[in-house]
Amino acid sequence: MSADLLRLEGVGVSLGGREVLRDVSLTVHPGEFTGLIGPNGAGKTTLLRIILGLQPVTRGAVLIDGAPRPPRDASIGYVPQKLGIEPDTPLRVRDVVSLGLDGHKFGIRLPSRARRELVDDMLTAVGARRYADARVGELSGGEQQRVMIAHALIGRPRLLLLDEPLANLDISSEQGIVSVLARLARAEGIAVLLSAHDMNPLMPVMDRIVYVAAGRVAVGTADEVVQPEVLSGLYGQHVDVIRVHGRVLVVAAPEGIDAAEAAAEDLGVIR
Amino acid sequence: MFGPLMINTWIAATAVAVIAGVTGFFAVLRGSTFAAHAIPNGAFAGAAGASLLGLNPFAGLAVFSLAGALGIAGLSRRARNDVATALTFVLMLGIGALFVSWSSGYAQEAYSLLFGEVFGVSADQVLPILVLGAVSVVAIVVMFRPLMFSSALPEVAEARGVRARRMELAFLLVMALATSMTVPVVGALLMFSLMIGPAAAARSLTPRPARAMALSVGIALVTVWAGIAISYQTDWPLGFFVGVIGAVFFLLGRAYAAVASRKTPSRWSPGRYDT
Amino acid sequence: MNILRHIIEPGFFGSGPVHIALAVGTVVAVTSAVTGVFTVTRGQSFAGHSLADIATTGGSGAFLVGLNQFWGYLAFGAGAAAFMEMIGIQRRRGRDVATGVVLGAALGLAALFLYLGTQYSTTTGASFTILFGSIFVITPSTVPALIVSALLALGTVIALARVLLLSSLSPDLAAARGVPVRAVGAAFLMALAVSVALSAVVIGAVLSTALLIGPAATALRVTKGPVRAAAVAAGIGVAATWLGILLAYDSYYWPPAGRGWPVSFFVVTLVVGGYLVTYLRRPVTAAEPAPDAEHACSAL
Repeated sequence: MSADLLRLEGVGVSLGGREVLRDVSLTVHPGEFTGLIGPNGAGKTTLLRIILGLQPVTRGAVLIDGAPRPPRDASIGYVPQKLGIEPDTPLRVRDVVSLGLDGHKFGIRLPSRARRELVDDMLTAVGARRYADARVGELSGGEQQRVMIAHALIGRPRLLLLDEPLANLDISSEQGIVSVLARLARAEGIAVLLSAHDMNPLMPVMDRIVYVAAGRVAVGTADEVVQPEVLSGLYGQHVDVIRVHGRVLVVAAPEGIDAAEAAAEDLGVIR
Repeated sequence: MFGPLMINTWIAATAVAVIAGVTGFFAVLRGSTFAAHAIPNGAFAGAAGASLLGLNPFAGLAVFSLAGALGIAGLSRRARNDVATALTFVLMLGIGALFVSWSSGYAQEAYSLLFGEVFGVSADQVLPILVLGAVSVVAIVVMFRPLMFSSALPEVAEARGVRARRMELAFLLVMALATSMTVPVVGALLMFSLMIGPAAAARSLTPRPARAMALSVGIALVTVWAGIAISYQTDWPLGFFVGVIGAVFFLLGRAYAAVASRKTPSRWSPGRYDT
Repeated sequence: MNILRHIIEPGFFGSGPVHIALAVGTVVAVTSAVTGVFTVTRGQSFAGHSLADIATTGGSGAFLVGLNQFWGYLAFGAGAAAFMEMIGIQRRRGRDVATGVVLGAALGLAALFLYLGTQYSTTTGASFTILFGSIFVITPSTVPALIVSALLALGTVIALARVLLLSSLSPDLAAARGVPVRAVGAAFLMALAVSVALSAVVIGAVLSTALLIGPAATALRVTKGPVRAAAVAAGIGVAATWLGILLAYDSYYWPPAGRGWPVSFFVVTLVVGGYLVTYLRRPVTAAEPAPDAEHACSAL
């Protein structure tokens, strides 16, 4: 359908002889907020990297607007999980956001007032204006997240990908980031695909979930996907879904024992 | 080549190779490649100064190499490690340039301090080398476990009371001590090659720490012995052979590692036991 | 006027070699400083220094075959940069070790060239000038080549500035934005090699590291943004070079040798002194780098 912004069809990825993703099909529509949920090691980062073009697929297709993904696509914004940046790197927050406009271009660019105002507006929108002149390497994790969101959004993407943005944040920072994202995405009609291992902070804003486990996905609304039968099918073993105080907990207890048994067999300790 | 005149050369070179293998193993492990280059070279400046003042060059070597270790460790508290090393290093060399310019006819001596004069080692030079070498090796062996711990897992070690800064300073001081008496033998520029190449090769060949250190020493010995033999025959400088042979061992190690990883796909593939 | 005469020895402004030294020194200082800002930021200080030492080998080789040392520096520097990029190890520690091995081999070659040089000619002063520089004896015919190379290197770094900064922010992000991260890294390393070869001519291979790292490190301590850092670094580099040239000229009759003190000594002392001075007041950044952030990667 031409209304699909992003579509994956039967995507499979093998890394180092191991199948990391298997038969993944999903669609993202313009303006949709999608959570990419799953435990660590399930393949979420690999999935994001495929969409970004950083990782080739072994099988299947990645389609943007119905056409195969071009090598470099400016309409996809990206907020990485961690910045590999030293505290003394000479980049202020406003420099980082400005790089969001043209950081991929070679050559000199003269400063202009219009650009400066654009950067200031973006910083205000994400709530980072007050540390606009600080060195980005000296900020806390939450502050850096806001800066990188501003960096990604200033380029006016149609799809924004975020890799575990909530992973190292405390609860109040988590809520701050989620509400900033949701507000800005709705305002500009930007589709968001955000990976996390805990879906709870996202429940209020998510339109759909892509649940990733053991290299496979289940796609739909939270009510459709977060069900014991669906998730048990994904994990390949019994899974419980517990709902308490409006929060959801996915529990797969026996798999700990399965993994330990497999390891002991490998070591030759048991047969 | 194995006559009485050469005995001192072989003994000194063997001691140097053992020291280089042991300290080089940790230098490579800790990413102190730059410091391993900076400290011997900075020490050279001290020798120039000492000889200018009419003192024993050894004294100058020792003072400057210790100063270098302290400078690098001290500056590293506030600056990046590689910047601290670079600035300490150039300061020592700048002073060395001054000393060399003040003395006339120093060029030959400078050459030998930079590139080594192993064939000119006298019997009374061998003893200090052996003694100081033994001291350095014993120091490393005594520190082996906390040094290994702090080098591989600095934050965990810090939490267990192994202070990273202290280990860094201790290691740099040992390296300074070790280099201060090996520089007259193999030269400043080449003590470095002997520390890095063999240790880098050893790492690629085995993941077990003690074995890798022993292998570093072994490869360093082979490098130096082969170098002396060929240098003796051709009259070409020892440093040339040490540098080239060290590089060859490094490339062999990398080739081995590449082939070995392709032949046995790891059973311990990442995420195998994740859900 | 009397005081001025004491500070500036007579004949300074009229001296031909001084003019050349000032002109070339300025261009080289600016190029080194700007390149240095990115070198320090990318953690490539060791590569920068190694390229200088490898340039030494080139200088010795050129001397051996009777060429001007500059071409030797340039050829070996560029070659080493290409080789380092080909080895292409990504994690910094592994990169440093590979750089070290290349450096060791190159130094071995330098030993050989110098040895062969002394075998075939009687001048033993060669090693000094190759290592410590000869800014007052630059042959005028090489000046255009020096300046053109400097401008090329500087131009490359400025053109790459934004993508370099983006890559240092996050290589994945840069790649996703379409930046050819490895090609950019290779181009930068080339520009670094050229810049280093230049400063090697001016104050010697061994000490070109001072002009590369010192002004940049100082500037990074006192400024925050990229443009300002480059400008401050260039200013410091030029000031140190001019003052160094002046002092070296003045020192001609100073004890103990009556030959003048080397420019390299003055420049290095000024540069490192300037850096240390920034510790006397609270810097723009108060944060200490985490203990052993450098050693944070796993050992094996």
